[in-house]
Amino acid sequence: MMDFSAFIDQIWIARYVILKGLGITISISALSIIAGSLLGVLVGLSLVYGNRFLRLVVRAYTDFIRGTPVLVLVLASYYVLSTIGIELGPLQAGVLALAIFCSSHVGEIVRGGLQAIPQGQTEAAKAIGLTFRQTFAYVLWPQALRQFLPAWVNTAAEMVKASTLLSVIGVAELLLRTQEIISRNFMSLQFYFFAGLLYFVINYGIERFGKYVERKTAVPS
Amino acid sequence: MSKVLLEIQGLRKQYGIVEVLKGVDCTMREGEVISIIGSSGSGKTTMLRCINMLEEFQGGRIRLENEDIGYEQAGGVRKRKSEKDIARQRALTGMAFQQFNLFPHMTAAQNIMLGLVKVKKMPRDQARSVAEKWLDRVGLASRADHYPGQLSGGQQQRVAIARAIAMAPRLMLFDEVTSALDPELVGEVLQVINGLAADGMSMLLVTHEMRFAYEVSSRVIFMNQGVICEEGAPKEMFVNPKTERLAEFLKTSSFN
Repeated sequence: MMDFSAFIDQIWIARYVILKGLGITISISALSIIAGSLLGVLVGLSLVYGNRFLRLVVRAYTDFIRGTPVLVLVLASYYVLSTIGIELGPLQAGVLALAIFCSSHVGEIVRGGLQAIPQGQTEAAKAIGLTFRQTFAYVLWPQALRQFLPAWVNTAAEMVKASTLLSVIGVAELLLRTQEIISRNFMSLQFYFFAGLLYFVINYGIERFGKYVERKTAVPS
Repeated sequence: MSKVLLEIQGLRKQYGIVEVLKGVDCTMREGEVISIIGSSGSGKTTMLRCINMLEEFQGGRIRLENEDIGYEQAGGVRKRKSEKDIARQRALTGMAFQQFNLFPHMTAAQNIMLGLVKVKKMPRDQARSVAEKWLDRVGLASRADHYPGQLSGGQQQRVAIARAIAMAPRLMLFDEVTSALDPELVGEVLQVINGLAADGMSMLLVTHEMRFAYEVSSRVIFMNQGVICEEGAPKEMFVNPKTERLAEFLKTSSFN
C-alpha cells in the first residue's frame, strides 16, 4: 500500500509534465489525422478517378509508404530531409511523417469505399440527368463515407499509437515524458502502465465517438 | 398520326472486337409503347442503354425530337457532346433498371426529389409535393419517408419508376424491370406501367414478360444477334410470326 501512495505522490509531482506530454500527443495525433485525411481523400480520388498516369504515380506512392515502417518514415523525415536543405524541427518532421503515413491508409480506405458502391448507383444518377460532380456529391460520397467510417476510426486510433514513435527524434510527447519521469523515480512498471492507460483512454474515446457517429448516420433498413 | 419522337438510324455498338449492335433502324412516334423482346445477348438492353448514353456507340445516329443524342457531326467529324449537354439530354429520357438502383441513403421521397431539385432547380417544397404526387400515383403515398432498405422489391421498383417519371421525361425506358422480382411482386409493377401507358406516355420496354408485352404494346420489336429481326403489331407477332427465329424464340419463351 505504501508503494501505491508513493506512486500517486509521484504522479502528483509530475502532473504538469504528464499533462504537457498528453497535450503534445493529442496535438500531434489530431494534426496528422486531419492533414493525413485531407491528403488521403485526394489520394483515394486519384486512385479511383485519375487518369492512367496519375493512378500509376499515386499507386506507387501508397504502396511505397504502406510498405515502409512508420519509424523509418519518422527518421527519414527528420534526418534525410535536412540533407536536401529542408530543415524541419522534430515536431514538424514528425507530424509530416505521420500525416504521410496516414494519407496512404486513408487513400486506400477511400478508394475501397468508393469502389464498393455498385455501378448501378452511378447509372441511376446519370439517368436522371445529374452531372458527374452532382453524382459524386449527392450519391457516391455520402454512401462511401458511411462505408469507410469504421476503417477510418481505426486508422485514427493507429495514428495515436504511432505518435509514440516521435519520441525517438526528441518530441516531448507522452511516452518521452513518461521515460523522463521514470529516469527520476525509477518506477518504471507503474509509470509505463499509467502511460498505457492514458493511451487506452484516448483510443477508447475515439472508438466510442466512431460508434456514435456510425449509429447516427446509419441508414434504416 | 402523331409526330416522330425517336429515330434510330444504323446504330452500331461494339465492345472491343465483339459487335453487339450491327446497324439498328427504328422509328418511334409519340405515345407509342414498344416492347423489345429477344434472347439474352441479342442486344436489346444495349440498345436501350445507348438511347440515354449509358453506353457509347460507335456508329449511327439516335435522334430524340430531332436532336442528336450523344454525338454531333462537326465538319464531317463525329464528336462526343460535352458532359453537360449529355447530362441535359439524359434528363429527357427516364430509365428504370432491373436492379431498381434506388439511392439507399435517401428516403423514397428524397430519391425522387434529388433530380427535381438539382437538375430541374425546383424549390424543395415544390419538389416534395411532386414526389408525393407520384408516390401516391404508384400507390406508395404512405411510404414517402421510408428508406429503400425498408421496402419490398416491388415497392422499390415502383419508387424507382416514380423517380424517373417525376422528371417529366419525353420517353421512358424500362430495362427488364420485373426480372429481379419475386413472381408475386411482378403484378404491382406491371400495373404501374399499364397506368402510364394509359396516360399516353411514350415507352420502350425490354422485357421477358411476353404476356405483358402482348397486352401493353402498340408494337413489338424482336431482336436477334444485334439486329431487328422482325417487328409489328403484337397480335401478328405473337400469333403469326413471320420469321423462323421468332417462332423458335416464342416456342421457348413463356408466352402461352
